[in-house]
Amino acid sequence: MAKISQRTGRGGGSLALACAGVMTLGVLLPLLMMVTISLNPDEQDIMVSIGALRSFIPEVVSLQNYFEVWADPAHPFLRYLGNTLLITGLTLLFSILFNSMAAFVLAQGTLRIRGPLMILILASLAIPAESLVLPQLIMAGWAGIIDTYQVQILPGVANAMSIFLFYQFFTRLPKELIEAARIDGFSFFQIFRYIALPLSKPVVSAIAILQFLEIWNAYLWPVMVTRGPEHRPLSVAMSAYFSSNLQSWGNIMAFAVSMAIPAILFFLVVQKQFIASVTSTGVKG
Amino acid sequence: MMLLPAVVLLLTIVILPFALSIYFSFTDQRLTPRPIPTRIVGLTNFARMFADPLFWKALANTFVFAILVTPFQLALSLAVAMILNAAIPFRAFFRTVAIIPLLLPMTVVAAIWAVMYRIPNGPLNSVVQMFAGSSVYVDWLGSSSTALLSIVLLSAWATFPYQMLIYLAGLQEIPQDLYEAATLDGAKRWQRFRYVTWPGLRNVNIFQLIITTIGALKLFTQVDMLTKGGPNGATTTVIHYMYQQGFLSQKVGYASAVAVFFFLVVCTIALIQRVVLRNEEGA
Repeated sequence: MAKISQRTGRGGGSLALACAGVMTLGVLLPLLMMVTISLNPDEQDIMVSIGALRSFIPEVVSLQNYFEVWADPAHPFLRYLGNTLLITGLTLLFSILFNSMAAFVLAQGTLRIRGPLMILILASLAIPAESLVLPQLIMAGWAGIIDTYQVQILPGVANAMSIFLFYQFFTRLPKELIEAARIDGFSFFQIFRYIALPLSKPVVSAIAILQFLEIWNAYLWPVMVTRGPEHRPLSVAMSAYFSSNLQSWGNIMAFAVSMAIPAILFFLVVQKQFIASVTSTGVKG
Repeated sequence: MMLLPAVVLLLTIVILPFALSIYFSFTDQRLTPRPIPTRIVGLTNFARMFADPLFWKALANTFVFAILVTPFQLALSLAVAMILNAAIPFRAFFRTVAIIPLLLPMTVVAAIWAVMYRIPNGPLNSVVQMFAGSSVYVDWLGSSSTALLSIVLLSAWATFPYQMLIYLAGLQEIPQDLYEAATLDGAKRWQRFRYVTWPGLRNVNIFQLIITTIGALKLFTQVDMLTKGGPNGATTTVIHYMYQQGFLSQKVGYASAVAVFFFLVVCTIALIQRVVLRNEEGA
């Protein structure tokens, strides 16, 4: 797995530092504005000063917008957060369990239909999820699972990419290791459970982080399959809040900050694995 | 049976819908069941699609968006990756900052940029007014000449860290002694980039080009939230058109034709890119 080291590259110098400064401003100014506006309880003042310096540097610090957002009965923020966490957690659990098992059989098993199955998996990698949403919606209607958690979890679990990443890892396991375990009397499942799966921790964390990002950004599918706040995830809630509170910028920005903070905290905790996961999809090895 | 759950799910949730979308594209399937049974209508959906100016508008917008955002975003990501690969003070801090946009869901980014683009006095218009006088402003998202460009800018801001991280890993795979040898031979900064860095990033660039283009073709979230495809179809995309026809207007059969067409476009572009880039490598 590719790692981004702390190794010193070339060409440091004041030009690079100046460019880094410009990049930081470009990223942080919009975020600074989001935070500043979210702390200003006076909507009229926000409207008047929206492009001025004081929409970037807080003059008043009030949490009133936050209390309004968190207590809004039409948009239960905590419920949305819980929905997102539940959908993410269950998707990851089943995706990692089912796809690692299947990948282990494909990589180490002796099944006849391995070849055709691999072709099926690689082919489904080429299908963009967006082109499947309409028939999936009709099928969800047939199954009677519109506006549930299941309907938001299933598409993430049926994940060819996840099978493929595990498959790549399991084919590279040393033969001697598998052989030794077999001689020690391990069954095929036990080899998977006690040897292969524990060794695949980097793949597990890569899949966990990539799928987290996917669910965190999911929009088209949850917009189509949720009907109200009960099962709606945060990403869609942000958009719904945005359209139903148009012009209440203080509250909209407080909603945005409330969403940004858990993601940034999560990143700070798993920073190393996060960077490795993103780059592992890009660089071989 | 260890294989069963994943294979069954893949068959029912990916392969079956794929087959259904091809089937639906030849029918007049609706979203909600009707008393009249669904009929096979042959190529009517495709004929109607190719005759709809809004469809062509959506297709053109999608291509224009991909052609604008891909080079812009890749150049930006590479530039930031090179800065963050250099020996600069506070590098860990700068790297964390550069990743933040990736952590924000697209809907949050869209909300932030709705403020940035506000008329008449939002932050970007304040900058415009500094140069052009206080009565001037640009209707960034509301005017058909700037709306798509505004979407390009916010999309690049939102997702460049992903490509930046991949470039950063790619830069670190380039052997350090190549740079030392080049420097000994008297190569200037630009020459080191042209003859060491750029060839060293060959495979990374191929991968980046393909994923960025395909990601761009799927443009939907920010458009749906900020412009709903407007003004006057200026920001409608293939996916947004499919969503409007299939979900909002409930014409699943017709929208499936759009989905099948979209699938073919994505495959064709991925194939062309792969073939062209591979041939170049052989030359």
